[in-house]
Amino acid sequence: MASARVETRLWVWQRLSAAVLGLCVLVHLGMIIYAVQDGLSAAEIITRVSGNAVWFVFYAVFIVAVAVHAPIGVRTILNEMTGLSPKATHLIMAVLCLVILVMGFRAVIGLYQAGAGL
Amino acid sequence: MSNTIKVSVWRGAEEGEFESFEVPRQPSQTVLDVITYIQRNIDTTLSYRFACRVGVCGSCAMTVNGRPRWTCRTHVDKVATDGTLQVAPLRNLQVVKDLACEMTDFFDKLDRAEGKFHPTKTRHDDFDFITPDDKKRKQASAGIECIGCGVCYAACDVVDWNKDYLGPAALNRAWTLVNDERDGGNDVRLAAVAGDAGCHACHSQQGCVEHCPKHLSPTHSIAGLKRETAKAAFKGLLGGSD
Repeated sequence: MASARVETRLWVWQRLSAAVLGLCVLVHLGMIIYAVQDGLSAAEIITRVSGNAVWFVFYAVFIVAVAVHAPIGVRTILNEMTGLSPKATHLIMAVLCLVILVMGFRAVIGLYQAGAGL
Repeated sequence: MSNTIKVSVWRGAEEGEFESFEVPRQPSQTVLDVITYIQRNIDTTLSYRFACRVGVCGSCAMTVNGRPRWTCRTHVDKVATDGTLQVAPLRNLQVVKDLACEMTDFFDKLDRAEGKFHPTKTRHDDFDFITPDDKKRKQASAGIECIGCGVCYAACDVVDWNKDYLGPAALNRAWTLVNDERDGGNDVRLAAVAGDAGCHACHSQQGCVEHCPKHLSPTHSIAGLKRETAKAAFKGLLGGSD
């Protein structure tokens, strides 16, 4: 059993990130509905997002929230549903967090800079 | 109303099978009445547990037609809608024999959750004056009527998959004491109820709330514990190492 302090902190982090995600998902869904009105194309997405600091900050926050929230949940599921040791699930959580951060920021930075090539 | 009711009753321990009985119907008959009839008139070797027969002692809980219930206050009319009853021991507890479960784990967990009073005063001190409308008093009162029947423990899926989980009754008891102004054990109590065997394991599925015969809400109590343990964690009171 992991320590009470670790479990409690993870719970708090997951709740805080959930609150951020709640807002981010609403904005994200709203943007999707708005964006598909005139058809969806890569060029259209790049035109909107590229070089735009507001969208960059928004999606950076979104990614950090996902990178905190999802791995903690995956760790809980693995602890409850598999025979993996607490150390193993903790490690999987950390790796998953890193993977989401790297992949997410790669996409966001790529889109932010993409306009320069158009 | 048919003159008799068909009852299948669990016989054995962990291994066993259901045995069928036919019991005369009576007006206002409870499931405990049915079990008692079988034990006194048909098969005296049937084992089950009861004491008060009026919903106070919490010792007669069983699984009735698939759901955990207090059998002394469960009328046959309400549950045997198709004229049959299936009575089994409570889930999530080791079966001693027939309908009697080993309750040691259940009660030990009350202890592990620090569900005991930590006094702060002596007989020479004055009483604490707590008004009926005090917020903490109200929160304690909302959970205090638990009779320790184990119905919530049997209804809880988290207990089913995590044998270390303290369970709804123990956490509810801890919450009543967290709100007790006279109690001085909250540091040790909050550390005891935090973690993956404590309040943070609860998924808020509310099986306990659905089945509690006293209509308590252990889920609400557990949510309160989550808040208080979070505050304690920020203050560095939960102990343990990172």
